[in-house]
Amino acid sequence: MATTDAAARAGRAPHGPDGGRFGLSRRQITWMKSTLPVLVIFLPPGILLFTIFVILPMGEAAWFSFYNWNGYGEPTQWIGTRNYEFVFQNKVFLTALKNNALIIVVSILVQIPLALWLANMLAQRIRGSLVFRLIFFLPYVLADVAAGLIWRFVYDGDFGIVSNTWQAVGGEPFYALAEREYAIWAVLAVIVWKYFGFHMMLFIAGLQAIDKEIMEAAEVDGATGAQKFFRITLPLLASTVRLSVFFSIIGSLQLFDLIMPLTGGGPSNSTHTMVTYLYQYGVVRLQIGFGSAVGVVLFLISVTLAFTYRWIFMRND
Amino acid sequence: MTDTRSVGGMRPNLARQSYIYASLLFVAAIVVIPLAMTALGGFKTLGELRTNAFGLPQEWQWSNYVDIILSQRYWLQMWNSLVIAGITVGLTLLVGSMAAFVFAHVHFFGSKYLLAYFLLGLMFPAATAILPLFIRIRDLGLIDTYWGVALPQVAFGLGLSILLLRNYFKGMPKELFDAAFVDGCGYVRFFWRITLPLSRPILATVGIITFVMSWNSYILPLILLNSEEMYPWPLGMMVYRGEFATDWQLVLAFITLTILPTVIAFFAAQRHIIAGLTAGAVKT
Repeated sequence: MATTDAAARAGRAPHGPDGGRFGLSRRQITWMKSTLPVLVIFLPPGILLFTIFVILPMGEAAWFSFYNWNGYGEPTQWIGTRNYEFVFQNKVFLTALKNNALIIVVSILVQIPLALWLANMLAQRIRGSLVFRLIFFLPYVLADVAAGLIWRFVYDGDFGIVSNTWQAVGGEPFYALAEREYAIWAVLAVIVWKYFGFHMMLFIAGLQAIDKEIMEAAEVDGATGAQKFFRITLPLLASTVRLSVFFSIIGSLQLFDLIMPLTGGGPSNSTHTMVTYLYQYGVVRLQIGFGSAVGVVLFLISVTLAFTYRWIFMRND
Repeated sequence: MTDTRSVGGMRPNLARQSYIYASLLFVAAIVVIPLAMTALGGFKTLGELRTNAFGLPQEWQWSNYVDIILSQRYWLQMWNSLVIAGITVGLTLLVGSMAAFVFAHVHFFGSKYLLAYFLLGLMFPAATAILPLFIRIRDLGLIDTYWGVALPQVAFGLGLSILLLRNYFKGMPKELFDAAFVDGCGYVRFFWRITLPLSRPILATVGIITFVMSWNSYILPLILLNSEEMYPWPLGMMVYRGEFATDWQLVLAFITLTILPTVIAFFAAQRHIIAGLTAGAVKT
């Protein structure tokens, strides 16, 4: 034991056998002189900040959600579970819920395959790989608000490139974000544009951890690109893919900043997510009770999804 | 020189290379064109924006950009973002590393549960409790202040920060600790003299993650700030867009100038930023 040897040599025993003066063991003295201060000084700031600004508000949301309250004075008008009934009967909320699910599905079916495909190409020995990685990662670094506004311009029916391209091939001006049927798909495209680079980087990091000799051996045995990808790369990347899906789920449930500049939840409430819904119906109208109920529902959905997913798919990662 | 970052052993053959480059260029174009059109659009007049959507400006309208650069609001919102991010990063590193140090080195009753308590914050979106948070900040008299935004941001980032820092601290050689202890160095001194100086890489990682989150954040300042003089740039950008809704050329110039610092910082420190942002994801 390195600890004991070193301690014995120095004639002191920080973790050593007990035996002390004044009825206190050395161990207890060390504890009081060193361990106690560090616990008392180092822990409270974090505990206080986290409790005051994260945990207590969550608990208060649960409490407020049973009241009809505009935020002034004390909540007094108890209305039971009425807020929750409103939430689940509200068509807009159900659309928001559906949109959140749709975002997760599109992430899994479009974004992650796209990211995998690009990562697999960029991990090969090709010139310019680093430049492409930088370009693809750039949208992820940009603020959601900036990306949202940029795409609002891109989709603009009069000035944007989407509509102008469409007109160049003979179409009518196209207001993608103003059409109820198309708006959500336009938003989904922006989400993929913004976030695929992040997932791609995760996969590149995962690919770099794969032993090169396996690939070389496969090449010597004459494996094709597709065979290498499906038989070697994908199985070895499975844990990264599971992580990636996890981030897509969390990301979808938090999505707000990107939607506001793009559509603000419109047209006719077709592109809300749960958080933009919470903002529009809770914050803007200062319906603290109702907004809190939405928050609690969002909390329960998030925690349930996160724990279930981790428990089923990431137990061994 | 062999590229040590590649996975495949052999360089792909010519046909495959052409396919790879065609694909990569196509995707790169989709990423870059909206950004390039934004920057170029800022140099056009509104009329030209309509008639000449794709080409270079016929006459470069430098005044769009110059007017914004010379305006006080541009610099004020950048400054606001910087102050809020500065407070957030400084406090996160301090509070986070202190707590992480305890979780890494000190054995005490309930440490496992306390860590799990902090990690609870990773499981749900910050937005779930924004209404009670708003009321709390209001009752504390912190509405419309830098601290009112920074403190909740620190709190929300604490779970991830503590996790990353703790894992790093735990990986430091145990001998260091024993030697210091033998020399009579207590935990607190050990933390300041040895742990922190030796943890620059992870402090940089956590700092970058926290800075980017704060710099880009929108929902918390939106709810916790009232007056435009306090707005960080994402809010300022939305206000600007509201004011000049129909003058897209000005909005585009404004967007370009506000994201410019991010883009420059990204290319200047790309290795650290990419490593920081992805490491933060993988190492949890």
